[in-house]
Amino acid sequence: MDFLRPATWEEALAAKAEHPTAVPIAGGTDVMVEINFDHRRPEYLMDLNRIGELHEWETEDDSVRLGASVPYSKIMERLRTELPGLALASHTVASPQIRNRGGVGGNLGTASPAGDAHPALLAAGAEVEVASVRGTRLIPIDDFYTGVKRNALAPDELIRAVRVKKADGPQQYAKVGTRNAMVIAVCAFGLALHPETRTVRTGIGSAAPTPVRARAAEEFLNAALEEGGFWDNGRIITPSLARQFAELCAAACNPIDDVRGTATYRRHAVGVLARRTLTWTWESYRGSARTSKGAA
Amino acid sequence: MRVSFTVNGRPQEADDVWEGESLLYVLRERLGLPGSKNACEQGECGSCTVRLDGVPVCSCLVAAGQAEGREVVTVEGLAEYAKERACTTGACGTSLDEARRWAAKGTDSQTGEGVELSPVQQAFIDAGAVQCGFCTPGLLVAADEMLERNRNPTDADIREALSGNLCRCTGYEKIMDAVRLAAARQSEGV
Amino acid sequence: MPNGAPTKITQGSWTKGGIGESTLRPDGTLKVTGEFAYSSDMWHEDMLWGQILRSTVAHAEIVSIDTSEALATPGVYAVMTYDDLPTEVRTYGLEIQDTPVLAHGKVRHHGEPVAIVAADHPETARRAAAKIKVEYRELPVITDEASATAPDAILIHENRTDHHCGHVPHPNIVHRQPIVRGDVAEARRRADVIVEGEYHFGMQDQAFLGPESGLAVPAEDGGVDLYVATQWLHADLRQIAPVLGLPEDKVRMTLAGVGGAFGGREDLSMQIHACLLALRTGKPVKIVYNRFESFFGHVHRHPAKLYYEHGATKDGKLTHVKCRIVLDGGAYASSSPAVVGNASSLGVGPYVVDDVDIEAIALYTNNPPCGAMRGFGAVQACFAYEAQMDKTAEKLGMDPVEFRRLNAMSQGAVMPTGQVVDSPAPVAELLRRVKARPMPPERQWESSEGADVRQLPGGLSNTTHGEGVVRGVGYAVGIKNVGFSEGFDDYSTAKVRMEVVAGEAVATVHTAMAEVGQGGITVHAQIARTELGIGRVTIHPADTQVGSAGSTSASRQTYVTGGAVRHACELVREQVLEIGRRRFGSYHPAWATAELLLEGGKVVTDGGEVLADLVDVLGDEVVEIEREWRHRPTEPFDLRTGQGNGHVQYSFAAHRAVVEVDTELGLVKVVELACAQDVGKALNPLSVVGQIQGGTTQGLGIAVMEEIVVDPRTAKVRNPSFTDYLIPTILDTPTIPVDVLELADDHAPYGLRGIGEAPTLSSTPAVLAAIRNATGLELNRTPVRPEHLTGMA
Repeated sequence: MDFLRPATWEEALAAKAEHPTAVPIAGGTDVMVEINFDHRRPEYLMDLNRIGELHEWETEDDSVRLGASVPYSKIMERLRTELPGLALASHTVASPQIRNRGGVGGNLGTASPAGDAHPALLAAGAEVEVASVRGTRLIPIDDFYTGVKRNALAPDELIRAVRVKKADGPQQYAKVGTRNAMVIAVCAFGLALHPETRTVRTGIGSAAPTPVRARAAEEFLNAALEEGGFWDNGRIITPSLARQFAELCAAACNPIDDVRGTATYRRHAVGVLARRTLTWTWESYRGSARTSKGAA
Repeated sequence: MRVSFTVNGRPQEADDVWEGESLLYVLRERLGLPGSKNACEQGECGSCTVRLDGVPVCSCLVAAGQAEGREVVTVEGLAEYAKERACTTGACGTSLDEARRWAAKGTDSQTGEGVELSPVQQAFIDAGAVQCGFCTPGLLVAADEMLERNRNPTDADIREALSGNLCRCTGYEKIMDAVRLAAARQSEGV
Repeated sequence: MPNGAPTKITQGSWTKGGIGESTLRPDGTLKVTGEFAYSSDMWHEDMLWGQILRSTVAHAEIVSIDTSEALATPGVYAVMTYDDLPTEVRTYGLEIQDTPVLAHGKVRHHGEPVAIVAADHPETARRAAAKIKVEYRELPVITDEASATAPDAILIHENRTDHHCGHVPHPNIVHRQPIVRGDVAEARRRADVIVEGEYHFGMQDQAFLGPESGLAVPAEDGGVDLYVATQWLHADLRQIAPVLGLPEDKVRMTLAGVGGAFGGREDLSMQIHACLLALRTGKPVKIVYNRFESFFGHVHRHPAKLYYEHGATKDGKLTHVKCRIVLDGGAYASSSPAVVGNASSLGVGPYVVDDVDIEAIALYTNNPPCGAMRGFGAVQACFAYEAQMDKTAEKLGMDPVEFRRLNAMSQGAVMPTGQVVDSPAPVAELLRRVKARPMPPERQWESSEGADVRQLPGGLSNTTHGEGVVRGVGYAVGIKNVGFSEGFDDYSTAKVRMEVVAGEAVATVHTAMAEVGQGGITVHAQIARTELGIGRVTIHPADTQVGSAGSTSASRQTYVTGGAVRHACELVREQVLEIGRRRFGSYHPAWATAELLLEGGKVVTDGGEVLADLVDVLGDEVVEIEREWRHRPTEPFDLRTGQGNGHVQYSFAAHRAVVEVDTELGLVKVVELACAQDVGKALNPLSVVGQIQGGTTQGLGIAVMEEIVVDPRTAKVRNPSFTDYLIPTILDTPTIPVDVLELADDHAPYGLRGIGEAPTLSSTPAVLAAIRNATGLELNRTPVRPEHLTGMA
């Protein structure tokens, strides 16, 4: 094993071009477990922590460029207004120690369906900024996950940042685990209201081979909201509307039975989370502040 | 490879480090600092918690090479770290007096006599928060850092801050008592 | 001496700190500064690292093992398989020697040790172990009662010769114990209601945080010095020495720091392997399991199927209990026979029932071996009989606590084994106390700023802001035996020395008791202070240079080793007084006539008159006494009827659980878990409460999250990690108010009662009862998972 320590982003890209098998390590949450337990022996380990810009974010007019290594604890504390869904998701990541060190780059690089950030990024409609010596490209989050623990990165590419539009409406995130802290998602759900475009976007975690959106549910809800003039009149979402949305979200899942939960339960729970997060965001949109203290 | 970094204020160097070694392994097996514990080595128990450039992290998830040039504080250096912090915040004198008072009251182990403890360390002893003690170093580092950020934590704040540290012996009640005690003594001392 | 070898710890220059006080731990300062050396912290110049290769399948014949490539790996010093074992003794076991040191011919469970490697770096050892080629021919797996006892079932152990094989109905049954008393058929006719139930108890792991580890150092005399974390040094020694071909005095064991145990260190783990490699290579060898290996490296709590029938009259009196308890012992016997004894003899719970018909068995299967864990046997039974008590009360239309109270045993009650409970059994009082406690406020999660998710089911995961949340309350009470039962010669040894050091009379207490975190050493120092009237006490490291202290298990150490320390102290005191009489008797008549005590470093009369300073009495003399001490003998249970005075003492605890359940998602937040327990006499109240809270929390874990999941098709463990074997975090654990009763047991030292296990019994069924109360669901298994609470199982 060789340990590469690029001091700059350019050096990192050059190293990755030279050694496409090099495994980038930042927070170490996934990589070190694999090494400690003998599951992986990469030829090259490439430390990205010396590259300052990966730990920084830039707030532009309508979006945030979030460095791949900005730790979850910073997202929770500093980006609650701009990226409320991702901030909520960040708060559910593992433990305080891991939130201090891990960032979205690791979640995206591993591309596990259980990564906590994915549903929030899907719901927000993020873009992943990846780079190589060949140049930089933006991958829409919808095209990023290509299979179980596979993503759209080329072997010579590294994740530089995610670009996320600043929230123009309420966002929520909820995750089911069998413990009240430090738990891997049995399933997770992210939902974002986008009043500017009068659309709703969703993200589902741990309930399909990849993180997915519940597109049929979004289309159904977008149409129903439009038809009923909900965006303008701020009516309460009827229970039947919420239920149909929840059922469509559950139907968007393609889960498995595993040691963490059954497929049936995952589908059911995604439905419940979809209904609840829709209610929370919509109530918030309607102006009745219903934020929760420990949740954000 | 060679790795150089600062541990508890002292420059340290380790040679012949295998690239896959964790910071935890280097601390424990190469630098003679086994205080940070190896309960799970997968970031699921917090027993290896150290401060890396001031931030509590699981040292089992830090590749040794990533610590190059950084500053690490382990449980072995916690008392000194807390003392220096007290000095820089101007609470130095009071805090030392407090420490002596606690020592006179609580420390009765010959091997521990004369050892100056941080408030949170002393509170763990006094409150009965230590049983087997394997989780204790990680909890102390995490609790000390929380009390640095949040001088008057609610119970829910304490539970959240320590939710990355598993304990199998105590049922956490005495740990809650200890952190409350340390917080109370801290606010008394200022 | 290796780094991290334990040293003496001296506590106190005060004369306070006797029994009954909340004296602080003598090892506390070492533990909070990181200086305390655990077994995994040991280090020796030139040491090698040992690595174990374990089977990847659960049941298979070993066709071949090829170690050549591993041996050729640079940095590797030794590779050993069964064929390299030095003597004909190649198995070990606590009661039945059925466990191979290294697999021979076949493997019987997933993760069985097949080969061992020593190398100069753990990574080298891991890589070398991975190069060992083992060819398996897989056999069908036996995973439950039906497959184990089928007429044509493959025998897990052929040619059994152990002392249970003669009375079991099938060779794949380790042990069977019936308990029959009265006439169940007749009693059944008197019953107005009959309630049946079938229960399933999942496999729990001790999940101690300090991984199995130790250091073996070869000695010049051909022997070996072993530093290890264990629960019983002498039982280890008895199993290790014959395999090494060494006399016991050439295997010198010292207890290294123990990071929790809970039963999981009662069986051997890496001890023999480290010694074998050290003797083979001539170098110190350290072995440290990682968490994955730890799940394979120790026995677990027996999973169980329990079938119960309770009968009661309209006015709420139990008529009879019938039950059948099937415990899965896995591939090797470990403590299974004793677990069977507990499950059967305590199978009715702390209730008066004259007519009982109980049968408990433990199976041999290809599942992971199961053995000791806190409350063993009694924990599984308590989960089931307490569920039955609630069900019966409901059928009678009675309050569940009132129904329990009506049937609660008290001192003088007769157990199903015929044994009379001859010390306080305040079962009704414990229940009354937990019930009388004020309820925690409703909706504590609500605040002006909205819902605090940290106090809601789902916690930080933000699953509910109050939606679907229903509160429930449940009660349970349990009975656990203390000490080793069934005629076992259960004793402890203590060596106490008194002398003047630096102008002060000092006592040294030397036992082989494993301090695993419970605070036994704190209590030993307290006993010495009380008995010898001095302040400064030195605790000698536990080792095999003194007689056995028995195991740190069965809630027995304060009782038995504490009893031995007290006894040795009494003898030392007598000798000290004798010296005093010899030296000073002629100066004061009270030396001959008065009752003399040692207090405050002085010899005083019972009237309080000071006769001499201990420093003067002792002078240069050293008084040292080593003695064994035994509790009252017990008897084996009759193999047909289960009758017999099998237990030495009983221990009782009751819980009230208050839970909030998100009924839509099936997530649970335990809001409060109140406990009342009779401890006889609290030698150290702070430690007593700590034990009760810790035991309670392990019971909570088995109620809502902890289970080793074994694939029934392959008998392979599916979740050997802290990622997927979940134990409660501080956000899962509620406040645990504890109410301590002290009703003395006149047969026990200071009237104390063993306390460590009882709280683990009633915690689980109380939580389950509360969840049933919240959801209206039947819930016949533990742990209860979200699937069970949402009908998605």
